[in-house]
Amino acid sequence: MTASTAIGDRSDRERRVGRIVKGVFLACAVLTVLITVGIIFTLLRDATTFFAQVPVVDFLTGTEWKPTQLTGDGEYKFGVLPLLSGTILITVVSAVIALPTGLAAALYLSEFASEQVRSVLKPALEILAGIPTIVYGYFALVYITPFLAWVGLPVDTFNALSASIVVGVMIIPMVSSISEDALSAVPDDLRQAAYGLGSTKFDTSVRVVVPAAISGIFSSFVLALSRAIGETMAVTVAAGQTPRMLSILNIDQNLLQSSETITAAMVNVAHAEGGGGTPAYYSMFALGLVLFVFTFSLNIGAEVIRDRLREEYR
Amino acid sequence: MSVETTSEAADEGPSADGPDPDAGANPFARSGWGPLYRALRDKAFAIALLLAALSGIAMVFILLAYVALDAFSILDPEYGSWVDWQFLTNLPSRTPSEAGFLAPIVGSLLILVVMVFAVFPIGVGAAVYLEEYAPDNRITQLVQINIANLAGVPSVVYGLLGLAVFVRGVGLESGIVLVGGLTVGLLVLPIVIVSSQEALRAVPDSYRQASRGMGASEWQTLRNVTLPQALPGILTGTILALGRAIGETAPLIMIGAATSVFSVPTTLFDSVSAMPMQIYNWRARPQPEFRYGVVAAGVVVLLATMILLNATAILLRNRYQRRDI
Repeated sequence: MTASTAIGDRSDRERRVGRIVKGVFLACAVLTVLITVGIIFTLLRDATTFFAQVPVVDFLTGTEWKPTQLTGDGEYKFGVLPLLSGTILITVVSAVIALPTGLAAALYLSEFASEQVRSVLKPALEILAGIPTIVYGYFALVYITPFLAWVGLPVDTFNALSASIVVGVMIIPMVSSISEDALSAVPDDLRQAAYGLGSTKFDTSVRVVVPAAISGIFSSFVLALSRAIGETMAVTVAAGQTPRMLSILNIDQNLLQSSETITAAMVNVAHAEGGGGTPAYYSMFALGLVLFVFTFSLNIGAEVIRDRLREEYR
Repeated sequence: MSVETTSEAADEGPSADGPDPDAGANPFARSGWGPLYRALRDKAFAIALLLAALSGIAMVFILLAYVALDAFSILDPEYGSWVDWQFLTNLPSRTPSEAGFLAPIVGSLLILVVMVFAVFPIGVGAAVYLEEYAPDNRITQLVQINIANLAGVPSVVYGLLGLAVFVRGVGLESGIVLVGGLTVGLLVLPIVIVSSQEALRAVPDSYRQASRGMGASEWQTLRNVTLPQALPGILTGTILALGRAIGETAPLIMIGAATSVFSVPTTLFDSVSAMPMQIYNWRARPQPEFRYGVVAAGVVVLLATMILLNATAILLRNRYQRRDI
């Protein structure tokens, strides 16, 4: 009798503990949702405070960004367009570098590489993503910019080109690893069928495997763009802090001169502003909101592309 | 059938540019270019792809070599290596030859400690819930998608969150160890969760079933069977995430961490710099000795720390890699 009650007590307690433990684990999972809610709430609240001081229209259409220094007419300027120009410029140029290179690497890994080459090449590519972005910024500022000058390009000390190059290099692994997953997921039957029809490896890769994996490839492109837009330290260090509208007249000047991205502007305001309360302080949150909207939409977009465009193979 | 395709492509003839003579026709048609050309084209294509794949890697390795040359003064030995005992034990200084990395090294390690205590339990907890308890429904799917999206939020936005929550919300002082650790912790949490989930998923279901079959409760199974089996994988993932976290700069700037502190932080409430922050500070100094010597030394120490963490993770993985299944 006593023994069986003891066992009953123990299993009762065991069950209670099990329930509590499950509750704790659940709380941990809920926390991840709270982080997202927290990000959105914080950005919206403080951006609202900002827009109470600076009209939304001025922010979205202004062509001057001078958050902490008074301009000639005794005002601070909070126009996001020059920052947006900088972000778009660097994202586009880095994409031009990273997307073809990443796709080529993915295609090589999935269609051509021997097992030995793969085992070296794949981790080597991952290293590119593992190097801290501040180090990339240092590379760009101290080695790449002087190299560009040595080659004969009239680059300034801080320039968008060197920043774009390093951002491009650091997002290569993002393109290559996701694209490679998509390419490897293409069933071998398709390749065999193409070979059977007399295709060479080149034909098979370019005309069969890539089209079959196109959704995953596009998805990797979009994710890489999102990563480039959110990249902060490399562009802060290498591209400098001169907010500048894209100049259509002298296209080449855009890349050779200093430029400021949304992310770099946030960092620079954070540096200049010790305490809170000023419009400049809240402008960081408005910029953060813009950045979050861009990257979030791209991340969701990548997911939709992957799901919608995917051809199902059995 | 094959006769048909050959005759169709035959009148195209070779052209110097454009590898696509039979566009519009049967895409698998044999071109009349001859087997040698086709084999060469395959080879050339493979080599072009490989060169593209290697270009980024080669560039980074060359840059790393430059950093090493500068950090150890290999080209100008009369300066002596910038990475030396004095560099590791001195405080920051305006004089390049006396500048040291001690405060940021300690700062980075303290931030790591805060992160381990904050992120590891929560990350593993969330992973356990999602893998072992969560019902397979839409809400769970949404939580999962949310975690994937969190991993894609730019790090500077996490800095804003840390600033708003820990500094303005909780009222902690800006730029202290605790705030830095928690903020970077938020950033790596999704990575820890995802890798822990993978580790839990790798534990064969038969283990759980055997344990439950012997009368163990859900929690007993988890505690005695699943978690111990998954632990090496979880640790590997966590250490890799920490390795990434140690290079993060932007969130620390946003929460007001100093780019350079002149005393070694000892408590969680001391002002903190970190290795990447100090590099950020030094690269802006006017003297070339900073740019080409001291910063390079800082980069070498930062990368060495990361390599150490990653090597630990890889050793751990190899040591405990599952041999069964």
